[in-house]
Amino acid sequence: MVVTKLGMEAGMKLSRGRVVAAVAAVLIVGGWAVWHPSIAPVEGRAAFPPEQIARGAELAAVGDCGVCHTTDGSRPYASGRGVPTPFGVVYATNITSDPDTGIGKWSEAAFRRAMRDGIDREGRHLYPVLPYPHFTRATDQDIAAMYAFLMTRAPVHADAPPNQLPFPLNQRVVLAGWNLLYLSPGPWRADPAHDADWNRGAYLVEAIGHCGACHTPRNVLGAEKGGQALSGGEAENWYAPPLQAASPAREAWTVDSLATYLHTGFDAHHGAAAGPMTAVTDELAKVPAADVRAMAVYLASMMPNPAPVSVVVHDGANPVFAGACGGCHGVDAPMTRSGAPSLALSTAVNAPTPRGVIQVILRGLPWREGQAAPYMPSFASALTDGQVADLAAYLRSTYSDKPAWSDLPAEVAKIRGAS
Amino acid sequence: MIRLTVNGQQHEVDAEPDTPLLYVLRDDLGLNGAKFGCGLGQCGSCTVIVDGQPVLSCLMPVSVLSGRQVRTIEGLGGNAVQHAFAEEQAAQCGYCIAGMVMRATALLEQNPHPSEHDIREHLSLNLCRCGTHMRILAAVRRAAGQGGKS
Repeated sequence: MVVTKLGMEAGMKLSRGRVVAAVAAVLIVGGWAVWHPSIAPVEGRAAFPPEQIARGAELAAVGDCGVCHTTDGSRPYASGRGVPTPFGVVYATNITSDPDTGIGKWSEAAFRRAMRDGIDREGRHLYPVLPYPHFTRATDQDIAAMYAFLMTRAPVHADAPPNQLPFPLNQRVVLAGWNLLYLSPGPWRADPAHDADWNRGAYLVEAIGHCGACHTPRNVLGAEKGGQALSGGEAENWYAPPLQAASPAREAWTVDSLATYLHTGFDAHHGAAAGPMTAVTDELAKVPAADVRAMAVYLASMMPNPAPVSVVVHDGANPVFAGACGGCHGVDAPMTRSGAPSLALSTAVNAPTPRGVIQVILRGLPWREGQAAPYMPSFASALTDGQVADLAAYLRSTYSDKPAWSDLPAEVAKIRGAS
Repeated sequence: MIRLTVNGQQHEVDAEPDTPLLYVLRDDLGLNGAKFGCGLGQCGSCTVIVDGQPVLSCLMPVSVLSGRQVRTIEGLGGNAVQHAFAEEQAAQCGYCIAGMVMRATALLEQNPHPSEHDIREHLSLNLCRCGTHMRILAAVRRAAGQGGKS
């Protein structure tokens, strides 16, 4: 009896001990998975070969670092831009060489970890607004070049504003789980079925350029949906068209037209870069033509190749179009004779959503001081929501064979409200 | 007939619905302050105020104005912006000035204490071919109570 009782007690103790041990193990393993060590700071400023810095500058342009990390052109890479996400606003940090507020104390290893794993030098998770799920494929050599470039930028003392995220998303530890689900580390693998140019372009598009950050649809947790790469997404209430078989472009994209568009922000058979894409093509203008062309080779290989369509403009008359748009977009208007495409060729007019058309009517193509860039005035103050909706419906029925858009007034109100 | 309200007065004009507001102002209502510059929304000399916002009247079909308030320079009655433009001698040929005054007036009504950046950003769509932009900027600063030249 006594032995049995003792045995029972021992057994109970043992099972309690097992539970404690199991919990401890979970905490230790989980904590280990979540916890990342700080990487020792580096002191002083390192020197880098000029060629490495120059290559880093080109890669930083392909990677659009400045699009989010520069808000004031006189203080490049000093951060401050709030990136709106469905979860809240995340602010880009200072990536100048300032030791206190920038990355001046980061070793190359710390920078590489941030690019590959989304962990900062101190060991904290970074939000995947930084596209580390793409950068994780970048080569050591390219990461080292970007590091050399950033570490030789003028230090600017500037703290990023605090992120505006609700609980629990403001607890960076939740990103450990996100990374388990959506970060697939590993090096870039070339596809031997394709030539060097194609592979170069694929690497630049996927690992550095992170085109999918906007052009791939995202799931409810904000991760790019698996198996739907570059099938079309959205950015800041702009429509980001598919860059593959589902491209709505009326005239098929070719290597030449893509290279021209990406390098200049404009192609006569498709139109002008607008919205968030303007900053992307501004950056790509700084990239060697061979790199941009390689990106075009890769993207063009995924595009549909339909027979050329003749541009059909349906009969129609609309006083708002005639009075507000016709001066530039009407039949034989001066702009149509200086290389601008017909609205019938516009990707926005032929897209499944009216967002691009509404955005351009409301905001135009903003005036860009000192730049030879397309300009269109904003009609936000001139036209009411109902008038913008009617105009969008007219453009669709006149310049496209695609079905009418639904919910136009609601879409206009939503986009105007978000401005 | 198309109805519109300009400087508080109701008008009925016999115009096609796509007629630009600018043509109606000048040809039908005799309000010649707003100027035809480019007719393509690129220069700003036709700027008027509709419901408190600066708009390009050359790209404003008159049929979209039902129930909205149009203001032209004739309706300002010598406001602080107009006085400041005179004091700074901001006009050379003067062709762009009505548009400049209207856009500046809209700015100061919404933002009485604009920064230099705000002023330049807001006026950047209005062009002056004579090159008096610096005097125009000084006039807007003066109208905003920030002194003139800088």
